[in-house]
Amino acid sequence: MSRGIVPTTLARLPWGMLLLITGICGFGLVVLYSAANGNVRPWAFSQAWHFLLFLGGAIWLSRFREEQIKAIAWPLYFGLVILLVGVEALGAVGGGSRRWLDIKVIRLQPSEFMKIGIVLALARFYDLLPVGEIRAWSAVWPAAMLIGVPFALVMVQPDLGTALMIAFGGMVVMFLAGIPKRLFAVGIAAVAALVPVALRMMHDYQRKRIEIFLNPESDPQGAGYHIIQSKIAIGSGGLTGKGFLAGTQSHLDYLPEGHTDFVFATMAEEWGLVGGIGIIFAYLLVIWWGMGVASRARTRFGRLTAAGLTTTIFFYVAINLAMVMGLAPVVGIPLPLVSFGGSAMLTVLICLGLLMAIDRGRERRG
Amino acid sequence: MNLLGRSRIITEQALAYSFTRRAMVLGAGQFGIGALLAGRMAWLAIAQKDKYDKLAESNRVQSQLIPPRRGWIVDRNGLPIAINRTNFRVDLIPDRLQDPDQVIDELRAILNLDRDDVQRIKDALDRSPGYQPVPVAEDVPYEKFAAISVRQLDLPGVAPSSGYARAYPAGAAVGHLVGYVGPAAIEDYQRTHDPLLITPGFKIGKEGIEKVMEPWLRGRPGAKRTEVTAHGKLVADLTTRPEEMGHTLKLTIDAPLQEYAARRLGTNSGSAVVIDTVHGNILAMVSMPAYDPASFADGISKAEYAMLSADDHTPLQNKVVQALYPPGSTVKPMVALALLQAGFDPQERVNCSGVLRVGNGLFHCWRHSGHGPIDMHRAIQQSCDVYFWTMGRRLGIDRLAPMARAMGLAQHYPLPLTGQRSGLVPDSAWKLARYKHPWTQADTVNASIGQGYFLIKPLELAVMASRIASGKALEPRLIANRRYGPQGGGLGLTDEQLALVHAAMRDVINSGGAGTAGSARLQVPGVEMAGKTGSAQVRRITMADRAAGRTNTMLQPWKYRDHGHFIGFAPALEPRYAIAVSLEHGAHGAAAAQVARDIMTFLYAPDRAQTTLAALEQGWGGDIRTRMAAQAERWNADHDSSPTPQQEAPEADSNGEVPD
Repeated sequence: MSRGIVPTTLARLPWGMLLLITGICGFGLVVLYSAANGNVRPWAFSQAWHFLLFLGGAIWLSRFREEQIKAIAWPLYFGLVILLVGVEALGAVGGGSRRWLDIKVIRLQPSEFMKIGIVLALARFYDLLPVGEIRAWSAVWPAAMLIGVPFALVMVQPDLGTALMIAFGGMVVMFLAGIPKRLFAVGIAAVAALVPVALRMMHDYQRKRIEIFLNPESDPQGAGYHIIQSKIAIGSGGLTGKGFLAGTQSHLDYLPEGHTDFVFATMAEEWGLVGGIGIIFAYLLVIWWGMGVASRARTRFGRLTAAGLTTTIFFYVAINLAMVMGLAPVVGIPLPLVSFGGSAMLTVLICLGLLMAIDRGRERRG
Repeated sequence: MNLLGRSRIITEQALAYSFTRRAMVLGAGQFGIGALLAGRMAWLAIAQKDKYDKLAESNRVQSQLIPPRRGWIVDRNGLPIAINRTNFRVDLIPDRLQDPDQVIDELRAILNLDRDDVQRIKDALDRSPGYQPVPVAEDVPYEKFAAISVRQLDLPGVAPSSGYARAYPAGAAVGHLVGYVGPAAIEDYQRTHDPLLITPGFKIGKEGIEKVMEPWLRGRPGAKRTEVTAHGKLVADLTTRPEEMGHTLKLTIDAPLQEYAARRLGTNSGSAVVIDTVHGNILAMVSMPAYDPASFADGISKAEYAMLSADDHTPLQNKVVQALYPPGSTVKPMVALALLQAGFDPQERVNCSGVLRVGNGLFHCWRHSGHGPIDMHRAIQQSCDVYFWTMGRRLGIDRLAPMARAMGLAQHYPLPLTGQRSGLVPDSAWKLARYKHPWTQADTVNASIGQGYFLIKPLELAVMASRIASGKALEPRLIANRRYGPQGGGLGLTDEQLALVHAAMRDVINSGGAGTAGSARLQVPGVEMAGKTGSAQVRRITMADRAAGRTNTMLQPWKYRDHGHFIGFAPALEPRYAIAVSLEHGAHGAAAAQVARDIMTFLYAPDRAQTTLAALEQGWGGDIRTRMAAQAERWNADHDSSPTPQQEAPEADSNGEVPD
């Protein structure tokens, strides 16, 4: 390591990636500024502070050693399961579903952290599993339990989007751990068979969301309104957009949730396809970096954790974009770093902090 | 237990290798989904940009339509028949009403609405789909309009606005000619979704020319465009596009003549049509009594509509094209032309003894004493039935019917009128098809004096008059067009044949008392009118009636009296104008002939005609407007009483015999 005026710990940080996410968030601040009709309040200013705070937290996390992360995997997972049960038992009712545990100081959403918890827990499980048993049932059923319990708890909140992300995150780790591929084929077939059953068990509003996703024009003034208005915003933005502060869908309030879940539509209306491709490309670079961390990692735990966390970030972005472009039902997944709100940003920055820690661990060891 | 069913040695290296491979699959999947999303976005933003641009624009911009002013309808000299005048109106928007009863109460106090109006508004509110405005009042005086406008905030759902109302200076005189306008039906809107149709104050043609010529008259709506938020809050006013007035429609009608004819029909239930025999232009087309078309424009009141419906003079029917009567003796000149065309000698005499036996039946000439030996000229002049019965039998129905059709009977004319019916010219093939019975001699006898199965509408009589007068196949026209010249097509009749019939028709009127309509002689120096009367039995004269001497139906109740027709033209020897007048239960053609006389006089000496009219109107109780107002008053005073018809006194023969 060369010794310069920059302290070694700082110099070792992945500055390229950090600049990238700062850029994404910075662009997000511009969009939030516009969404507030050219004001830093109420969103952009607060969002900037949260980002700086959480970025500091991520850099602090990057100093952790892999053993320490391994050590908190089980306590984190089981702690979150207990909290999810707690939410179910005494959680405050918010937005038609019980997601928040109000503990005076901050409103904590345990299901959000479970997206990380499930990855760590499964990575730890396969780390502990003797190598030779990976193709045995003993490699499958405990993992299925680890996914199934939080999935069910989040599903009954009900929060379909988060539950699916937990399940997807867990299954990606199982896939990467080396579970036989045919199992996934069987799994997908089983899920397809269960869809009608699931539809029947869903809440009315969830079922309605899916119906409306399939045909938004069936209820243009009601629940299909979000998707229709979002597509209008994106489509009317065209190649280069209507210009900064010149979006009509967002400024005249036709686009609902234009600063949270549908922030991408607000952005696309004013910046057009150019801005949208830019954001998609920037995220793909972040994910490229994350997958690079996974492939460089020396340990099984490191590899699985890094790939799992990266995929979690990917799911955030992919599900959100598919939703605002009318390719997926409205499931309430924000666009991390751009949508206003701390939860998703915190989750993503924790993921990135842990990824940096794993990357550093490799360097330290090497 | 092994999931693959066979054991395989798995090493740390193998797992690491598997991870790398699977991570690449995962990474490729992520990249693929990223590309898919980028592609989807490009699809929305590039390929479908136009569609979404329009949707964004229709979100942002709320257009409030400005109804176009309707095109004027003018007469052949540009005199106004239907015009627009500025008015103020008040509507209710049902969707925005919070407390309908309270709002209606307040409006009633300000606008002095009566019980009838309030009921109509409440009925309309119940039926309205919410987005469609319900008219409260039109033609609101400016002070009241202003009073409501300043209180608009306290009265949610009330929409005062200024606009244009259709006005018809001649009122009922042009009622059946132009039809009327009214708010579009809800079904029209639901079919077309044209927002103009539910714009307050917008009217479409509902009847007659106003309806048929709607596309020409409508114009293009203007738009007041405003930028609004999703919550309906106004952000900015955008450009306003002015409305474009509809086209002016020029009719062939002569407005003063039209109005005179309407007034001259007086209290009769009847119709009059004047046709220019050079161009085929319809100069007047009147059906009376009529409604005032302006009454329909803002939704006619129940009481007024009930009154019009109950009237036995059928003011809601355009008799010119919707009423059918037997033509009676008015067909005799046409039958004479058919005889001439078939080669019969006009000098040939038929001995009229006053009665003709056909099979087992006795047919009585209107003059029981008979006309003696009589030729064609005198047969027309004196309307001898026996001559036409005899000659008609020799001619045969299948040579008579083609001439009747050539003269314009039983035709549908391509005129901008609604509800046009066609008369009936019977022949042997028709009877066999319709009744499965062969044609009989008695049928021919009836048909040759325009009775039996024969049916005409008054417009057909007028066309027949114009064709006899001109000898040409004139097509009646109602819409003036500079490109229309004189009409030419001949009817295959020689000048001599026409001259003979013209002379006979002249002598119907201008032969000192020898003709049947001497009272129709024009008091205009140098102008003679030629014509022919006709009457059609409403009730058959039975043997008992005949025995009791009840052959003059004038002495019977109004509804049993004969219909009277007159066809004519002037000047008699060089025809310029043709006329047809029909009076329902007018007893005989002479009364109709007198109406025709005065209308024709108006064309040559309007002052003299006005003097005649002034005296008549005094006897009838005022002009059309005054009489209609009085009628409405009587109706309102007593819902059961229908107005009693007053008739012109006919000029009957001293012996009670009436020529037809």
